[in-house]
Amino acid sequence: MKARSKRLMLVGGGVALLVAAVALVLSAFQQNLVFFHTPSEVAEGKAPLGKTFRIGGMVEDGSIAREADGLTVRFAITDTAKVIPVTYRGTLPDLFKEGKGAVVQGRLEDDGIFRATEVLAKHDENYMPPEAAHAVEQAQKAAQTVSQ
Amino acid sequence: MKAKFLVPLLLFFALAAFLGFGLTLNPREVPSPLIGKPAPEFTLARLDQPEQRFALEEMRGEVWLLNVWASWCVACREEHPVLVRMAQQKLVPIVGLNYKEVRGDGALNVRGMALDTETDLAIQRARRWLTDHGDPYVLSVLDIDGRVGIDFGVYGVPETFLIDREGKIRYKHIGPITPEVLKQVLLPKIEEVRRAG
Amino acid sequence: MIPELGHFALILALVLSLVQGIVPLVGASRNSMALMAVGRPAAQGQFFFILFSYVCLTWAFVTSDFSVQLAASNSHSATPLMYKITGVWGNHEGSLLLWAMSLSLWTVAVTVFSRHLPEAFMARVLGVLGWVSVGFISFTLVTSNPFDRLLPAVAEGRDLNPLLQDPGMIIHPPLLYMGYVGFSVAFAFAIAALLSGRLDAAWARWSRPWTTVAWVFLTAGIAVGSGWAYYELGWGGWWFWDPVENASFMPWLLGTALIHSLAVTEKRGAFRSWTVLLAIAAFSMSLLGTFLVRSGVITSVHAFATDPKRGLYILALLVLVIGFSLMLYAMRANKLMGGGSFALVSRETSLLGNNVLLTVASASVLLGTLYPLFLDALNLGKISVGPPYFEAVFVPLMTPVVVLMMFGPFLRWKDDDFVAAARKVAPAFVASILIGIGAAMAVDHLTWRTALGLFLAAWVVLASIQLLYGRLKERAGASVGSRLRSITASWWGMWLAHLGIGVFIIGVTMVGSLDQHLDVKMQEGQRAELAGYTFTFRGAIDADGPNYDAARGIIDVTRNGRAIATLTPEKRLYWAQGMPMTEASIDIGPFRDVYVSLGEQLETGAWIVSLYYKPFISWIWLGCTLMGLGGLFAAADRRYRRLAERDAKVGAGRSVAGAA
Repeated sequence: MKARSKRLMLVGGGVALLVAAVALVLSAFQQNLVFFHTPSEVAEGKAPLGKTFRIGGMVEDGSIAREADGLTVRFAITDTAKVIPVTYRGTLPDLFKEGKGAVVQGRLEDDGIFRATEVLAKHDENYMPPEAAHAVEQAQKAAQTVSQ
Repeated sequence: MKAKFLVPLLLFFALAAFLGFGLTLNPREVPSPLIGKPAPEFTLARLDQPEQRFALEEMRGEVWLLNVWASWCVACREEHPVLVRMAQQKLVPIVGLNYKEVRGDGALNVRGMALDTETDLAIQRARRWLTDHGDPYVLSVLDIDGRVGIDFGVYGVPETFLIDREGKIRYKHIGPITPEVLKQVLLPKIEEVRRAG
Repeated sequence: MIPELGHFALILALVLSLVQGIVPLVGASRNSMALMAVGRPAAQGQFFFILFSYVCLTWAFVTSDFSVQLAASNSHSATPLMYKITGVWGNHEGSLLLWAMSLSLWTVAVTVFSRHLPEAFMARVLGVLGWVSVGFISFTLVTSNPFDRLLPAVAEGRDLNPLLQDPGMIIHPPLLYMGYVGFSVAFAFAIAALLSGRLDAAWARWSRPWTTVAWVFLTAGIAVGSGWAYYELGWGGWWFWDPVENASFMPWLLGTALIHSLAVTEKRGAFRSWTVLLAIAAFSMSLLGTFLVRSGVITSVHAFATDPKRGLYILALLVLVIGFSLMLYAMRANKLMGGGSFALVSRETSLLGNNVLLTVASASVLLGTLYPLFLDALNLGKISVGPPYFEAVFVPLMTPVVVLMMFGPFLRWKDDDFVAAARKVAPAFVASILIGIGAAMAVDHLTWRTALGLFLAAWVVLASIQLLYGRLKERAGASVGSRLRSITASWWGMWLAHLGIGVFIIGVTMVGSLDQHLDVKMQEGQRAELAGYTFTFRGAIDADGPNYDAARGIIDVTRNGRAIATLTPEKRLYWAQGMPMTEASIDIGPFRDVYVSLGEQLETGAWIVSLYYKPFISWIWLGCTLMGLGGLFAAADRRYRRLAERDAKVGAGRSVAGAA
């Protein structure tokens, strides 16, 4: 009897722990997932306002400009179909360049400008980050459907 | 054997099945939306005679390959001997699209470089590369700013497009053409497109 | 010619690994001494050939033989010699060869240091390791031959990724691989025990030192990797929850659980089934980590170039190895039931609790790593799971682990009284709550996270002192020296590693709560203030290296007018890959680091400079060092050698009896 109740308590404790862990993981997912959108989706208003998400694409040629403070950077990110203006304050990654793939994370403000808190660039000169590549593919798919 | 001891095994198989499925999602395997569509029109300066321009139209009536390359591209070096061999055996005409020869090279800073200077530099670099490694191309054209590349949906170098007699893109290969790719994928595709008329 | 010799040696190594995988296992099942004896020479020969092959590859790098594809893509004639050598493993193919070599080295170590094992058991261990080796060598040969030629040869190589041209990268991968691969020994012992059906506690004792040493390597590898990220990536972060990092962290968590579970199995005979499962799981996580990093299913900043064929091969390997072991486990596990019984309040329970929590933590990391892939597979959108998720999950999961760790050492095996144990633990507990809240107020950052972290850290430290004091009190009358000497190495190991956790928590909490960061545009002569330090920019000079051009900023750091340091961060441009790189400059101190990196130069000639103040950050690595040292102490305990001698005698007696 005693052994049985001990076993019951151990198993019960284990199950309670698992349930708690699953609840914890789910709530952490709920609050901390960062969705990824393409510039076209953002332009169509599919991305949430005021919530953190990521945009992937290419840094448009000739779009990088610095503001007078020297720290705030403006640039545009594109999937070759739509262009989203971005501002970012801080140091850019070493591999951030015009015409190269990049992923930005931040929020879209009411004025349609994306305020990035994080800028990621690719550590390889031949291929883009897959998200950026995905965005370009998507945009071309969309362009094809429109032109037909 | 008690059933409960099988739980880890079953969990693992579920995970493995899912990982196997994940493998099929390789981003490089995404089919291009351009397949079956007419290739985007372009006219660009030729590498051998920059004063002359080449238009896509000129290849009409031929089954041919458009190969995107640049001298700064590492993977191109890997596929180049395959292309040279293809040219020697006269398997199929290959047109080279030299993509962002200067501004694509991370080693160079081209901010503020005049377009003329950039073009001259691109021609010099690209020609030297072909002299060093062999020239498998019927001709190469210069896509200095990468606009044509973007129209073709190029997002990495090298890429190769198979274009039919009517100028439609029939197949796109991302990444270097290896001997296996040539034998198992590209040659059968070319054969198929030729037979289709 | 030399690359071909290397290739050929690798093929010979594969043949020997097949021999090692087949013959001893057949021998063990037929009880044939002659067949079993083949294992050792096969393993040693295999190591020789892999080593030879590895040296050949290194030769191609050192002599800049750019007709070898791998050298052409990852080396450059101007690369410093050190990085030519380390460049061998700074890529997919070479690192696989290093993986195979580590495995082979571990196998040889087993043949040398575990002579006392019964022949049949040893034969099975070597057989299992042989099969793992077959998997990895054939993977290398079939999908990732490092000796592939590039004909015609190129004149100049592409150079090693500049991020990897760093002293930290010289030791990080070998340490990490030794750790990863080391779990294969624990795995092989567990499988050998399952195969033989001899599932008493002996195998646990045999595999304990091996598991601990592997864990030490893994701990050191992860710590060095995180130190590398801290000073090399240029923005002061030390852990990113990147898939590649997670791939090494998951086996670490399970390995930690395994070490503790093995202790219970050895001492009390309990949890036998659980321990076997953990041994399989820890190694499976190592394999899974390899799969995730190499297959390209998950992309990461430092994943190697990927290829679906490789992914498929590793997945097949994974299914074979893990599928077979779990199948074997399912068939034999019912023999593993029973063992020492224990009451609800006992050291066993606290260890079991920690085991479960560590396993759950490992699973939550796996889930976070795979979730983006999962959603993508179901076409539910592309997402990324970032550090906030892992932090949100980890703090609540690790807090009870530390709390249980506080009880465990004070509890008796088998059965204890909760009230008595609570009484022992209570004073340190209450004192730490006060210290935690007080310290958080003292540093003017009273959030629940800071207070919790400091409370836990204080508790760990106080409990360690209490534990040591209690241990010394046991032998009243003896001199302090002899009392200290009477404590076993494995006890010191436990003590140091647990203390290391406390030190680690202090570092993580302080840097997480109090670090400060400022990006600022600086002209020559300009000043900036951060955390009480004054930074004066004295301009930038040219500082070209052997294979790169660089600008070096000179920044004087003062505090209240007193000179602290002159920092010289660099911005480099590596010629071959045209890759810019930020080289940070750090003034390391016991209680804070001052960290400076250069951003880009503006057209006005000013530079963007990033300034960081990182309180207590070196405590993170000090904590890891203590954990690693603890592991070394535990593995070096004399008891294992004594018991090994006893086993050897018993074994000899048995075989004499068998012959008679």
